[in-house]
Amino acid sequence: MSEIQNISRRSFIKNIGLGTGGLIIACNFSAFAQGENALAASFIPNLFVELNADGSLILIASRSEMGNGVRTSLTSIIADEMEADWNKVTVKQAIGHKKYGDQNTDGSRSVRYLYDTMLKMGATTRMILLSAAAKKWNVPESECRAENHFIVHTSGKKIGFGDLVEIAKSIEAPTKITYKDPKNYKYIGKSLKSIDVEKYANGSAVFGLDFRLPNMKYAAIARCPVTFGTVKSFNKTEAMKIPGVEAIIEIARVKRPFGALGGVAVIASNTWAAFKGKEALEIEWDYGKNVTYDSEKYMEQITQNVHKPGKVNKEIGDVEKAFKEATKIVESTFQMPHLSHAPMEVPNAVAWVKEDSCEVWCPTQNPQAAHTELKEYLGFDDDKVIINVTFLGGGFGRKSKPDYVVEAVILSKAIKAPVQVVWTREDETKHGYYHTVSAQYMKASLDAKGNVTGWLHRFAFPSIGSTFDSSNEYPASWEASSAADVPFAINNLKIESGHAPAMVRIGWLRSVINIIHGFSINVFADELAYAANQDPLDFRLKLIGEDRIQDTKDPIKYNTARLKNVLNKAAKNANWSKKLPDGHAYGIAVHYSFYSYVASVVEVSMMDGMVKIHNVYSVIDCGKVVNKNTVIAQMEGAAIFGMSLALYGKITAKEGAIEQSNFGDYRLVRMNEAPNIHVEIVESDEAPSGVGEPGVPVIAPAIINGIYKLTGKRYYNLPLSDYEIA
Amino acid sequence: MATLLINKKKYTIDVAPEMPLLWAIRDVIGLTGTKYGCGAGACGACKVLINDEAIYSCLTPVSEVVGKNITTIEGTTENLQLLQKSWAEFNVPQCGFCQPGQLIAATVLLNANANPTDTDIDDAMSANICRCGTYPRIKQAIRHTVELKKLQK
Repeated sequence: MSEIQNISRRSFIKNIGLGTGGLIIACNFSAFAQGENALAASFIPNLFVELNADGSLILIASRSEMGNGVRTSLTSIIADEMEADWNKVTVKQAIGHKKYGDQNTDGSRSVRYLYDTMLKMGATTRMILLSAAAKKWNVPESECRAENHFIVHTSGKKIGFGDLVEIAKSIEAPTKITYKDPKNYKYIGKSLKSIDVEKYANGSAVFGLDFRLPNMKYAAIARCPVTFGTVKSFNKTEAMKIPGVEAIIEIARVKRPFGALGGVAVIASNTWAAFKGKEALEIEWDYGKNVTYDSEKYMEQITQNVHKPGKVNKEIGDVEKAFKEATKIVESTFQMPHLSHAPMEVPNAVAWVKEDSCEVWCPTQNPQAAHTELKEYLGFDDDKVIINVTFLGGGFGRKSKPDYVVEAVILSKAIKAPVQVVWTREDETKHGYYHTVSAQYMKASLDAKGNVTGWLHRFAFPSIGSTFDSSNEYPASWEASSAADVPFAINNLKIESGHAPAMVRIGWLRSVINIIHGFSINVFADELAYAANQDPLDFRLKLIGEDRIQDTKDPIKYNTARLKNVLNKAAKNANWSKKLPDGHAYGIAVHYSFYSYVASVVEVSMMDGMVKIHNVYSVIDCGKVVNKNTVIAQMEGAAIFGMSLALYGKITAKEGAIEQSNFGDYRLVRMNEAPNIHVEIVESDEAPSGVGEPGVPVIAPAIINGIYKLTGKRYYNLPLSDYEIA
Repeated sequence: MATLLINKKKYTIDVAPEMPLLWAIRDVIGLTGTKYGCGAGACGACKVLINDEAIYSCLTPVSEVVGKNITTIEGTTENLQLLQKSWAEFNVPQCGFCQPGQLIAATVLLNANANPTDTDIDDAMSANICRCGTYPRIKQAIRHTVELKKLQK
């Protein structure tokens, strides 16, 4: 049995509620993982392609749409390979189900993981339609070709895809697949607009927050200001007086990584009443042990921890010897605070729990994780928990943790009615899964010619692993890799990590640890260039060294030639050596993450003592590109995201409570600060790699390096607003 | 009971007079194009038009807008519709959540100023946050709309 099948042939189709009489092509992901035997035993159809007799084509997007463009890019791969007409395509969002394979939309891997499968899906459908036409006309298949939703015969006669559906339904999927010549692609590698763009512009796109059910209640939850604190007692008298408030329910923490934090919930007839009711609650908390969290003192502690030897992650040669023999030693310490995801749409979910089944509608990056959490909480069978995925008003990693979906389910179960949980912006700021706080220490030695002979990089930050197991008090090996795999030709290298227990929930945020290591490595390399009296670009190219495959543990190869290529291209696009207007300077940075290569040159100035970013020249090599428009948009967005964290991003805690609350004190870059962003995509036939995240890590260090060139002052800590220059 | 005039249609609703217009529109009337972003007038996602002026519907009580001409993203004023076309043309939205508020802010700008400079655009749009960072495309789409309108004349 093939991993891709024409399931409309199968008699049981009607029994499982699939299909409307069209041609249905499915893929079995377990075939990839478990081989033929497992497949035959456990075939779970997951339609990806549904072609109807009127020619309309429904394609399934199995990954979540949060601005990453997946609903367009993934489906356009199928459409192109099957020679479909994009105008006849409707995209349907998949529910969360293991039959779709991994659906976790994070790690910049949707296209990377699914490119080949989507091609196969499209090619299989096209070949079935070719067979159907050949059968109908009684001609050899070799005389037929697919062309823009038609099968065309060499004689010139043609028939629409839709008109072939009845015959196609009885044709077995081919076992040997032939693909289109990539030079004939119509959508892949081109610039399709988002298939949802009109819905976004006219307000009809349904985000989680917009989902409504009849008789649905609205809920807001007061959570303990200190992470994992609990309710001691509460008084609901004042809250119950608010018009619209219907019930107050205490909920316990669900002690799982993506479990609900617990607290006191206000159920109301509208969101505003729920918010007002929550404000009116009087709650006495048991703060628990995290009440000691003071992020300023914590920073001092982890900074001390990087100033002494730590756990060794990697060691090459003899760093101590290199340091002893050095002509020059450079040492620096870097500090970076927690960050919050701040998606424009706050966490929210609608749940409807019935006697023995549950359905939710939610903006989630990870519907299968939501499915697992709900099944676990409710004790229901797999198929009794349905996860519908809405549009996401931004995710950035926050919405891959479905704690808010669990909350909605707890409340719906309690009140036996559909309910929408809505976080306030303050809730979102104060109860997140924060990007980790970090301290880093770097030391390098230079010889008389300015070559780097030794490199020590030591860091301490609470690990994301702590969210899954609180005994994790050191960075995990995967979190060390963006430092350990530093692509520099240095003979003596040591990477160490220091002790850093977590005091809040730690989670991944767009580009994750690369924010930290991309920053320190790029700023430090720039500093070394000046110590060696060399141009930062020339110095960096030399430091990366000859073309080679970098020695990493990863099966996907890290190619230094591609790294140097993006660096050279960014410099060329910016015209690196040109004379800029007085008071302007360029800074440069390059970083490899999510298997993609990105370099940016940033043009900065200081106006009235405040940093301003005028231009960003970014170059990305992400292998084969599906949708240029999306890649450019993601790189533009990454530049703005990187600017926000460089200039303003800072979450702090006092007595265990997060001090920031809303966009007033958790500032984001706005239109008047946005630079001109110039993006180049490297033409490549390499396998597709990450797009959503790799553009972020280079921005902050490029800004710092530009400011240094301009002013001679080096800033080692973020955000720049702490220095009152942003 | 309060009667609101939204997109030229009358809605009579029974809500507390101090309820912010945002929640009356979203939860009571059921027009969900207008978004909640911050509840503090800090992000602009909730902007709607009152006559020719943009207001933060998350801060404006229903009692203040009774009888006034309210336009939301679902409305059909000329500049809004032209801008929506440009938004699609330049593929402006990423996640799309803030875009209704961005479009209302841009509509107010074009209603008041047929030929805005880049600084005018910055001034009009900087109260609106886009976390995805679509600012360069928003600016392009506004400029394009201005040019289209000039050609039409």
